[in-house]
Amino acid sequence: MIRIACPFCGLRDETEFAYRGDATVSRPPADAPIEDFHDYVYRRANPRGWHVEWWHHAGGCRQFLKVVRHTMTHAVHSVGLASSTQVVPPE
Amino acid sequence: MHYSGLRLLREALTGNRGWKPAWRDPVPRREYDVIIIGGGGHGLATAYYLAKVHGITNVAVVERGPIGLGNTGRNTTIVRSNYLLPQNHNFFEWSLKLWEGLEQDINFNAMVSQRGVLNLFHNEGGRNAAARRGNAMRLDGIDAELLDREQVRAMCPLVDVDNGRFPVMGALLQRRGGTARHDAVAWGFARAADARGVDIIQHCEVLGIDVVDGRVRGVQTSRGPIRANKIGLAVAGNTSRLAQMAGVDVPIESHVLQAFVSEAVKPLVDQVITFGAGHFYVSQSDKGGLVFGGGLDGWNTYAQRGNLPVVDHVWAAGIALIPALSRLRGLRQWGGVMDMSFDGSPIISTTPVAGLYMTAGWCYGGFKATPGSGWCHAWTIANDAPHKLNEAHRLDRFRTGHLLDERGNGPFPWLQ
Amino acid sequence: MTQGFRTQTGGRIDRSQTLAFRFDGRSYAGHPGDTLASALLANGVRLVGRSFKLHRPRGIFSAGAEEPNALAELRGGARREPNTRMTTAELYDGLEAASQNRWPSLRWDLLSLNGLIAPLLSAGFYYKTFMWPAAFWEKVYEPLIRRSAGLGRAAREPDPDRYDAVQAHCDVLVVGSGAAGLAAARVAGAAGARVTLCEQDFALGGGLLSAPAHGAWREATLAALAAMPDVTILPRTTVFGYYDHNVVGAVERVADHLAQPPPHTPRQRYWTIRARSIVLATGAHERLIAFPDNDRPGIMLAGAAETYASRFGVRAGSRALLFANNDAAYASLFALQDAGIAVAGVVDPRTESAGAEAARARGITVWADSQVTGASGGTALVGARVARRGAGGGDTLVVADLLCVSGGHSPAVQLASQGRTPLEWSEALAAHVPGPATLDQHSAGAANGVLGFAEAAADGARAGAAAARAAAADIPLPGAGDAAYGLLPFWEADVPGKAFVDLQDDVTANDIRLAHREGYKHIEHAKRYTTHTMGTDQGKSGGLVGAAVLAAARGERVQDVGLPTFRPFTSPVTWGAIAGPHIGQQFAPTRLTALYDWHVRRGAEFMDAGQWLRPAFYPIPADADAWASVLREARAVRKTVGICDVSTLGKIDVQGADSAAFLDRLYTNTFSTLPVGRARYGLMLREDGIVFDDGTTSRLATDHFFVTTTTANAGPVMAHMEFHLQTCWPELDVQLASVSDQWAGMSIAGPKARATIGKIVQDLDLSDAAFPFMAVGDGSVRGCPVRVLRISFSGEQAYEIMTPAGYAETVWTAVLEAGEEYAITPYGLEALGLLRIEKGHVAGSELNGQTTAADLGLGRMVKKRGDFVGRALSQRPGLTDPDRPVLVGIRPATRHDRLRAGAHLVTPGSTESLGWITSVTRAVELEGWIGLAMLRGGAARQGSRMQAAFPMLDETVEVEITSPHFVDAENLRVRG
Repeated sequence: MIRIACPFCGLRDETEFAYRGDATVSRPPADAPIEDFHDYVYRRANPRGWHVEWWHHAGGCRQFLKVVRHTMTHAVHSVGLASSTQVVPPE
Repeated sequence: MHYSGLRLLREALTGNRGWKPAWRDPVPRREYDVIIIGGGGHGLATAYYLAKVHGITNVAVVERGPIGLGNTGRNTTIVRSNYLLPQNHNFFEWSLKLWEGLEQDINFNAMVSQRGVLNLFHNEGGRNAAARRGNAMRLDGIDAELLDREQVRAMCPLVDVDNGRFPVMGALLQRRGGTARHDAVAWGFARAADARGVDIIQHCEVLGIDVVDGRVRGVQTSRGPIRANKIGLAVAGNTSRLAQMAGVDVPIESHVLQAFVSEAVKPLVDQVITFGAGHFYVSQSDKGGLVFGGGLDGWNTYAQRGNLPVVDHVWAAGIALIPALSRLRGLRQWGGVMDMSFDGSPIISTTPVAGLYMTAGWCYGGFKATPGSGWCHAWTIANDAPHKLNEAHRLDRFRTGHLLDERGNGPFPWLQ
Repeated sequence: MTQGFRTQTGGRIDRSQTLAFRFDGRSYAGHPGDTLASALLANGVRLVGRSFKLHRPRGIFSAGAEEPNALAELRGGARREPNTRMTTAELYDGLEAASQNRWPSLRWDLLSLNGLIAPLLSAGFYYKTFMWPAAFWEKVYEPLIRRSAGLGRAAREPDPDRYDAVQAHCDVLVVGSGAAGLAAARVAGAAGARVTLCEQDFALGGGLLSAPAHGAWREATLAALAAMPDVTILPRTTVFGYYDHNVVGAVERVADHLAQPPPHTPRQRYWTIRARSIVLATGAHERLIAFPDNDRPGIMLAGAAETYASRFGVRAGSRALLFANNDAAYASLFALQDAGIAVAGVVDPRTESAGAEAARARGITVWADSQVTGASGGTALVGARVARRGAGGGDTLVVADLLCVSGGHSPAVQLASQGRTPLEWSEALAAHVPGPATLDQHSAGAANGVLGFAEAAADGARAGAAAARAAAADIPLPGAGDAAYGLLPFWEADVPGKAFVDLQDDVTANDIRLAHREGYKHIEHAKRYTTHTMGTDQGKSGGLVGAAVLAAARGERVQDVGLPTFRPFTSPVTWGAIAGPHIGQQFAPTRLTALYDWHVRRGAEFMDAGQWLRPAFYPIPADADAWASVLREARAVRKTVGICDVSTLGKIDVQGADSAAFLDRLYTNTFSTLPVGRARYGLMLREDGIVFDDGTTSRLATDHFFVTTTTANAGPVMAHMEFHLQTCWPELDVQLASVSDQWAGMSIAGPKARATIGKIVQDLDLSDAAFPFMAVGDGSVRGCPVRVLRISFSGEQAYEIMTPAGYAETVWTAVLEAGEEYAITPYGLEALGLLRIEKGHVAGSELNGQTTAADLGLGRMVKKRGDFVGRALSQRPGLTDPDRPVLVGIRPATRHDRLRAGAHLVTPGSTESLGWITSVTRAVELEGWIGLAMLRGGAARQGSRMQAAFPMLDETVEVEITSPHFVDAENLRVRG
C-alpha cells in the first residue's frame, strides 16, 4: 500500500488518490509546434528510479500533488503542491 | 532429440538418464547477424522464426537472467484473438493460428487448450460493443459467438447470472480462445531455436547499444561486446531503458499487473471467463489452480510486486462473479512489469535508428501474441520493413495520429 | 473408537470434555485443544491422504501450517473447504472431514497404479508427449489430466458465511507469539507503543506450547500483556503478506473453530494493518531429509512428533526412530520417550554429537555416521533400513511405526523477504537468515536464526525495544536450556530410490537431477519444471532440500544456488475473506437520484447506468410489452409533453474572474462570448484530439458558469478541469465545485412543455421572447428555488429544471400536476434514447473515446482561433483523414426489418467493414427502426443503400444511409 503524506490532509492510503502520471512534462504554449504537444502527451522518460508524478487527492482535498516516488522500492521521497519547486528527486 | 511418447517410454526404461539439455549454454561469439535482446517468449520466438522462416540462423538471444522468467513466466496464460480493430484482430488471429500448430511445429507440448474465452457483458452498451467486436471478427473470418444470458448460464453454471449488482446479460464467446502453459512456451521456443543454431545466452546483461551514424553496430554486455548490424528489442517493461540506450524514445510506461493462483482443486471452471462489470478474469490450470487477475495497480513501477488495494478489488470481483469460489484459498500472488503503450496496442516496428527493431507495448496482452509477435518481428528484421500484419503497429503512429485505441481510453497508459 | 494413542496426562487439551467428529464417515472422539490432526493421531489414524501425482498413501507429516500431506475437505455442502490442513484445523464438536484426491476410497485408490509407471511420469513428462494427434489435447488428454490433477473438490454453491474487514494502524506489529514475539510485544508495550500481536495458532505461545518447563513464563508474560491497554492480541490470525510502506494483510479466523459462525459473526476477518515498525517472530520450519520412501505414513518431522506428545498428549506412534542431523531433534525424541513412546534408536549422519551422548545416557541406541536408506510399509510405516554412511555394508532393518525426521531448521523468512530484507546464509544453521532490513522491520528469535527459548526471548526483547524506539526494558526471560545444536548439513541419503523433496507434488531428488540434466539448471527453472515448492505448503519443509540437491548437481554450494522468490501468501488465504462484504449487491455502490422513491411508487422498471439506477420506462397495464411502454412515452413527448429525471448529469459550478477564459481553453467552442442568461452546448476534447465529453454550459453571471457533463463523465470531467487549472494554468482566478448531487434535474419536453411549466414557474418570464431557446434563468416553483434551462436533445421544445435535491419531489410533483391537462407522461431512459436518436444527437455509443469532432459531424463547433485542450494533436493526419468513418443515419430498406447495434455496414458481396451501427431504436416519428452509424465516406453515401451485416446471427439487412437527423433537422421545433 503506497501511502502519501498530503500537505493538507496528512498521511493517506493510495486508495484516496487517483494517479495522473509524469509530472515533469508541462503543457506547451499555444504557439508551440505540434511536435511539442506530441512530446507532452506521449514522450516519457519512464525511469527506473525516482519518478516525479501527479497524484490527485480525489478522495480528499482534490489537490493535484507532486510526488517523488521510487519505481523500484515505491518509497515516497517528497510530496508537495502543484506549484512547489521543492519536490525534486534526491541527488 | 525428438520428444514423443515412445521416447518417454524408452528413457523411462533406462532410468531417464538419456535426456539431453533442451538448449545449449553457448559462449557468446564476437559477432552475429542479428542480436535479439530479451530471452522471454517474444525474443525466443523472434529468433526461432528468423531461423525457420527466413533462414537467418546466426542469431543470438541475450538475456539478463535465465530465459522465460519475466512476463512470459508471470502471465495468466490466456490465448485469444477477440479484438475490435481489424489491425489488431487480424494480427492476433495470425498468432492464434500459430498457437494452433505450435506443438507439432516446435515438438514441445505447450498445452494449448482451446477451451473458450467468454467476455461477459451486463448492459445494452456492453452488448452493443460486444456485437460490434464479434461481428468485426466474423467478417474477417475469426470465430465469435454472441451468447445470451441463458447460454451463459448453461455453459458456466457457477457464474452468478442473476443476483449480482450487475446481472449478466450475455457474453462474447471465442471458442478457439483458451490457455497455454506459459513456461513451456519459452522453453519450447528456446529448444526449437537452439536446434536451428540460435545461441541462447543467459546471464548476459546488455549495458549499452552501439550506434554509429544512425545505425546499430552491436551491444555492450556484462559478458563483453557483441557485434551485429541488426538488433531486435523484446524486453517488455524494460523497453524504455533499452531503447534509450540507442537514443530512441518510446511512448511506453512501465506498470505492474498482478496475478494470482488458488490452491489446486478438481475441475471447477472450464473456460476463460472475464467479468464485464469489474476488473477480473479467471481460468483453471490443468494442475487445478484457478489463475486469475484484474487491472493494473496504476502507477509507474519496475518492481514485480503490487499492493493490497488491487488484491481487494480483484478478489471481490471474483466472488461477485462466481460466489462458489469464496471458500477456496489463494495460494500465490505475483506481479509482472507491463510495457503499457499510450493507445493500448503494441508496437512491432522499425525505429529511427537503422538496424534497430522492436516488439513492445504489449500492455497486458503479450502472452497470447508470443508466436505472432515473434513471427512479425522476425519478418520486420529480415526485410527491414513491417509485414502487412504489423504495418499499423508502427512506432511513429503517435506522431501521425493513426492510433489503435482499442478501448478508447486515451493517452493514459495506466488506464489502457 | 477409543483414543488409544492419547496419553493419560500432559498437554494442553481438556480431557474433561469430549468432542465427536467424523473422518471419511467414521466416528472418532477428541478433546478441546485438539487439531483435527492431533485427534486423528490420538485415534490411531495414520493414513489420511493421497499425493498429487502418484497417489501414494500419506500420513500427517507436521503439526502446523507447513503440512504437505494431511489435507482434507472440511465441512460439506456450500461450506465445503477443500485442501484444509488437518494440522491447523481446530477440532469442534460435530466436525466432518473427508480425505481427497482418491477413488474409490482412501485405502484403495485406483490412481495409485500411477506408481507402477512412475518412471514415465518423470519431471516435465507432459511437455514431451500428448502432442499427437493435435486434436486429442482438448478432447482426450487434457480432460484426463484435469480430472486426475487437482486436490479437493470446491463447493459449488454460494458461501453462506460472511466476512468482515478492518483497517488498522499500530506503532509496532509483532508477528508470532513464541518466546521472541511475546518478549518483543511486552517490551514494546512497556515502552508505551501501540502494539498489535498476530498469532496464526488458536493458542498463544508458539514453541512454548510444547515446552511445559516454560509454561510459567508464558503465563506471566501473557498476563503482563493483557494488562497493557494499548496491546491488541489477535490469535487465529495469519499474516499472509508484507506490502509496501510497512502495510501487512492478515486474516483472523473468527469462527472456523465452530461448526458454523454464530449469528451476526463473520467467519473470518481481513485486517489491513499499517505499522510504523514490524517485528517478525515467525519461528522456523523444520526440514525433511530426502531418502527412499521418505513419504510413508508414520514418517513425521521430529518437532511435530514432540508437539503432538507435549502439547496434545498424543503418541504419534508406538515405537519411534529418529533420523536427525542436529541436537535439537534429540530433545524432541526425549519428549516422546517421556510421553511413553518406545524408542527404537537414533540414526545420525554425524560421527559424534552432544545429542548422541545424551541419548546413550537414556539408554537409546544411536547409529552414528549413519543414514536411513529406506522405509518399509505401505499405508503405515513398518520400519526403516539403516546403514553406515559411505560403507558398502548391509542395511539393518529397524522396526518402528514412527520415524521422526529432522534435517535442521530454516528460519521462516518469508515475510522478511517480502518486505525486501535481503537474506544471508548462516553456516551454523545451513539456512537463510534475514540480513539488515530495508524497511522499519526487525526479525527476532528463530526467524532471525536464534534458537533456544531463552536466546529467542532475549532477541525478541531487543527487537521489541528497537521497534518501539525505546531502551530495552528489563523483562523476565525464560531460563536457559541446552543450547547445543551442532548441525551437520545433510540433505539426502546417497542411495537410489524415490526420495521426495516435495511431498505434496511428488517431486523427487531424481526429478531435480533430471531437470538439471535437461538444462533447467536455474533454481527457478528447476522449480517450474518439476513443480517443486509449488504446492499448498510452498515447500516450507523441503524447499531448501531441493535447492541442495540442485546445488550438488551443479557442483556448487547451496547458498550459491539461491532460492525462488518468496511471494505472498505465506499461507493460503480464503478468497471470500479478502473479498469481504463487497460482493453480490454490494459489489459496487448503487446511486439513487432524489426522485428514486417517486419512480418506485410509479412502478418504474429500472436499469443500470454506471452506478446509477435510472428508470428505463414506466409500464402501465395497457402496455403489451416493454416496447409499448417506451413508444407510448416517446409519443407523448412528440405529441404533448413528458418529464424525465436527468439528475444524474454531472454538474460543475465554475466561478471566478477568469472562468470564461478557463472554459475557452477547455472547450472546442467559445464561452467568453456567451451572454449572461444564456446556455451553450459545448464539446470537450482530450489532449490527444479525441472527443472527451459534451454538455451544456450556462452563464449565470460574468464570472459564474454552470457546467453540465454526461452522466458517465461527471467525475472525469471534474478531475480534467482540476488538473488543468492546478497544473497548467494556476494563474487563472477560477474556483470549481462539483454540484452533481446537490442539484436534481428534470427535463420537460414536448409541444406543451412551456404551457406546462409556465403555470408553476414564478419569478421568471418564460415567454419565447423573454426566454428563447438556450436561455437560462433562476425562478421558483411552489417556493422552491429552481434554475430553468431551455435546452433540448429530443428535437422538441424542452426545458430542464434544476432544483436543490431536497426539493426535487415537490417540484416534480408540481410539474406533473401542471401537465395533467396535457396528460403529461413520465418517460425513462429508453424513451430518452429513442428521442435523441431520432434527433441525431450523439451519446455514449458515439462518444466512445475513438471519435473526433468531425467524425461526429460537430466539426463546426471547433473554433479556428485560440488554443484549447486537444487542438494541436487533433490536427494530426490520422485524425483529419477524410476517409475516417463519420456519423450517418440509417433505416432498413424494408421498413419492418429490425436494426441491431453492432452490425457492420458492407457493400453487397463484400466482407470489408466500412462502418458500424452505434445506436438503434424503434422510432415514433417514422415507421419502423432507425439507427445511427459511423461510416467511411458517410456524407457521400447518404441516399444510397448498403447492407447491415450481423454475422453472429447470420443476419443481413438492407439499409438506407440517411442524415443522422430524423426529426427537426432545422431546429424549428426546439425554438418553437
